[in-house]
Amino acid sequence: MTVVEDNLKGRPEAAPDATAIELTGISKSFGPVQANKDISMKVQRGTIHGIVGENGAGKSTLMSILYGFYKADKGEIRIGGTPTQINNSDDAIRAGIGMVHQHFMLVQPFTVLENVVLGAEDGAMLKPSLAKARTLLTELAREYELEVDPDAVVGDLAVGFQQRVEILKALYRKADILILDEPTGVLTPAEADHLFRILEGLKREGKTIILITHKLREIMAITDTVSVMRQGEMTATVKTADTSPTELAELMVGRKVLLRIEKSPPNIGETLMEIRGLRVRDPDGVERLKGIDLDLKAGEILGVAGVAGNGQSALLEVLGGITAASGGTVTMNGRALDLSAQADAGERRDHGIAHVPEDRHRLGLIMPYSAWENACFGYHDRAEYSSPKGFLRRTFMRDDAREKIEKYDVRPANCDLKASNFSGGNQQKIVIAREIESNPDILLIGQPTRGVDIGAIEFIHNQIVALRDKGKAVLLVSVELEEILALSDRIVVMFDGAISGERLPQDTDENELGLLMAGIDPKEGPQ
Amino acid sequence: MKKTLPAWADVVLIPAINVFLAFFVAGLVVIFIGEDPIRAMQIMINGSLGSSYGFGYTLYYATSFVFTGLAVAVAFHASIFNIGGEGQAGVAGIGVAIVCLSLDQTHWLLTLPLAVIAAAMFGAAWAAIPAYLQAKRGSHIVITTIMFNYIAAALLVYVLNQVFKVPGSMSPESRRFGEGAQIPRLDQMADWIGIELSRSPANISVFLALLAAFGVWVLIWRTRLGYEIRAFGFSDKAAVYAGISPVRIIMITMLISGALAGLMAINTVMGDLRRLNLDSVLGAGFVGIAVALMGRSHPVGVILAALLFGVLYQGGAELAFEIPAIPSQMILTIQALVILFTGSLENMVRFPVERLFLRFNRGRA
Repeated sequence: MTVVEDNLKGRPEAAPDATAIELTGISKSFGPVQANKDISMKVQRGTIHGIVGENGAGKSTLMSILYGFYKADKGEIRIGGTPTQINNSDDAIRAGIGMVHQHFMLVQPFTVLENVVLGAEDGAMLKPSLAKARTLLTELAREYELEVDPDAVVGDLAVGFQQRVEILKALYRKADILILDEPTGVLTPAEADHLFRILEGLKREGKTIILITHKLREIMAITDTVSVMRQGEMTATVKTADTSPTELAELMVGRKVLLRIEKSPPNIGETLMEIRGLRVRDPDGVERLKGIDLDLKAGEILGVAGVAGNGQSALLEVLGGITAASGGTVTMNGRALDLSAQADAGERRDHGIAHVPEDRHRLGLIMPYSAWENACFGYHDRAEYSSPKGFLRRTFMRDDAREKIEKYDVRPANCDLKASNFSGGNQQKIVIAREIESNPDILLIGQPTRGVDIGAIEFIHNQIVALRDKGKAVLLVSVELEEILALSDRIVVMFDGAISGERLPQDTDENELGLLMAGIDPKEGPQ
Repeated sequence: MKKTLPAWADVVLIPAINVFLAFFVAGLVVIFIGEDPIRAMQIMINGSLGSSYGFGYTLYYATSFVFTGLAVAVAFHASIFNIGGEGQAGVAGIGVAIVCLSLDQTHWLLTLPLAVIAAAMFGAAWAAIPAYLQAKRGSHIVITTIMFNYIAAALLVYVLNQVFKVPGSMSPESRRFGEGAQIPRLDQMADWIGIELSRSPANISVFLALLAAFGVWVLIWRTRLGYEIRAFGFSDKAAVYAGISPVRIIMITMLISGALAGLMAINTVMGDLRRLNLDSVLGAGFVGIAVALMGRSHPVGVILAALLFGVLYQGGAELAFEIPAIPSQMILTIQALVILFTGSLENMVRFPVERLFLRFNRGRA
């Protein structure tokens, strides 16, 4: 497990079989944007190699080139020492490369077995392939802790298991090199630990693993070597043991970054919002919220932790007026909110509730709209943005957008640019600027830093704290435990549509919250 | 990364190449028939643009297409596919006929505004039912508007036979409108200011169409409602997040769309036929879809595309008359090719052109 730091340009001194992948001078442009600039990288066989970088640093492009989705403009790929042309994913599979995508590529109504075999059938008849796959799956399960019921329908499996199916798919195709793109984004801490054990097992068997992530903790925990990318360039490749999260963060951003948030003790005021017995049923009749009781007080950040899909989204959406409740009450300053389907999000805004949605692409922004059209989206019917006769006050809208762009340091500072042309972090800043500048009493904010680069995370966190210091209430929903712990003044954990526990950040840690996220209250013992 | 093409190439060059390709392939078809494509082209251009008579007809057709094109375009902005322009215009004809038959003893200055209101209301009403079914019940509006085209056709036949038919007459049509329901033709209007034009069915509705196009532009890009319609069209989920009611947007957009489609009945029923019969729409509702597609749902684009289709219609009629070997269905072929190249195959032209511009820009940089 030696590490190559100095001979990145690929001097052929290493034994050919020790190098699993060698990239030399890979460049790729999309129009005027150079996504990868002259990237060289060597990954030793039987190691776990991490790639970190901010959004848009070019990690995904590089891996897409390796997996044959894109063709590099320049450069050479050597797999196990032999120069290899990878023009499509078939070539990649033939070269022994398997990829586990961030968004799983599984056929939901198929069984595990059918998904594993799909595309790699041996002949026109399915039965022999399925039988073969069944034997192999049992073996793999034993060897690598990759247990999955081969006959379970994939759609019924938890995400952690679906991910195992993806790994099994790659192994079934005889992958020696496994690329995992942000694999822990959807997992509980326990599931992530299990995944890491699987990866360790694969490594022991001589498989090579490339792990793309933005979580420095994971890099430190599991990788042998790590490459840092910034603005399309590979800025460093180091032994994990020789580096620290602070150093990696600096390498990623190009300047010093505060990983901890500086905030004063909260000055908690009266209760602004009282939620009692709140229930939400989705159109399929599934109960997403099963009776939530919650108080939100002025001057506090209430963090809602939980694995994605345990009702946090439903909570944000019902409070934000997007979906109707099926039961319960919400009172704000003593007045009951209309939770029926007749109410809409505009009404909530009139009550002083602003909402930064979890999914800014689908909800928070109109991507083809320019920044100035987005900067008042949802507030556009207020008198300052449109006249009583229904005409838009375009001059004011633009001036207003320019002000927000300047105050929130949105880059590029061009209010005529379409939302889709901003980076994730800057898109999020536009949404946050709009919602905070509406001067709300309560800010609902979901996944404030998802897909946001480190530099912008710091800024966004400071804005949230500043709002709380002004005596406003913030309901923060995040699947990032670090973020919840760092920002919240009080933490509730959601599991299966209900609140499974409440803690103060100073009295708890990631382990305890992780257990609560899995529905186990460590103070009461397993249920 | 997105902005690879200057605006003029996007708006002018690519549609021009698409239309050229459509005509080129149509030319090949003409060669297969055994005729001279150059001569066919000359006949079409001459027949549609070469005389004030031909141009009048071109303008007459184009006027109808502007209305139906705008109707489809407005709905497109909300991502609603209104295929019901045919039925909406047909039903609007009934409204126009009711006003004209009741008031044709008065003056057209009175009849026209009332007929405009009736056409818009009848068209909107016919669009309202599919809109309601979509907004409240989730019935797909493409299916329901198509179904409503058939219902409209049946309704028109029923009304003509049972209500409007002149006693003793064999044909399903109303009586001819009197003097007070006859709007001025363009040649008559030109005569007022001393210009001589040959007689053609183009009429004052041309100006109504231009007014409607301007109104649509204001609506879509200058009003709060247009902002909400476009937002809903881009992302219905985001619209809900912003407090925009999908039911309201679908209903209002379809009412506007139906009203615009309905207005074409002014051009045909009041401007040309001067009676209600089965010929008041004749496929113009469907041409509106192509016009809106080609005009990229922008009122200026719709006007230009409507003119092109006007040329195709009038030129095609001349062509079928001059060269009997080329059947009148040839126009449908060319139309289909234009739709094929501007709609489905647009990227076939777009990508090479983009690459060309990229190379050119890099060469200069």
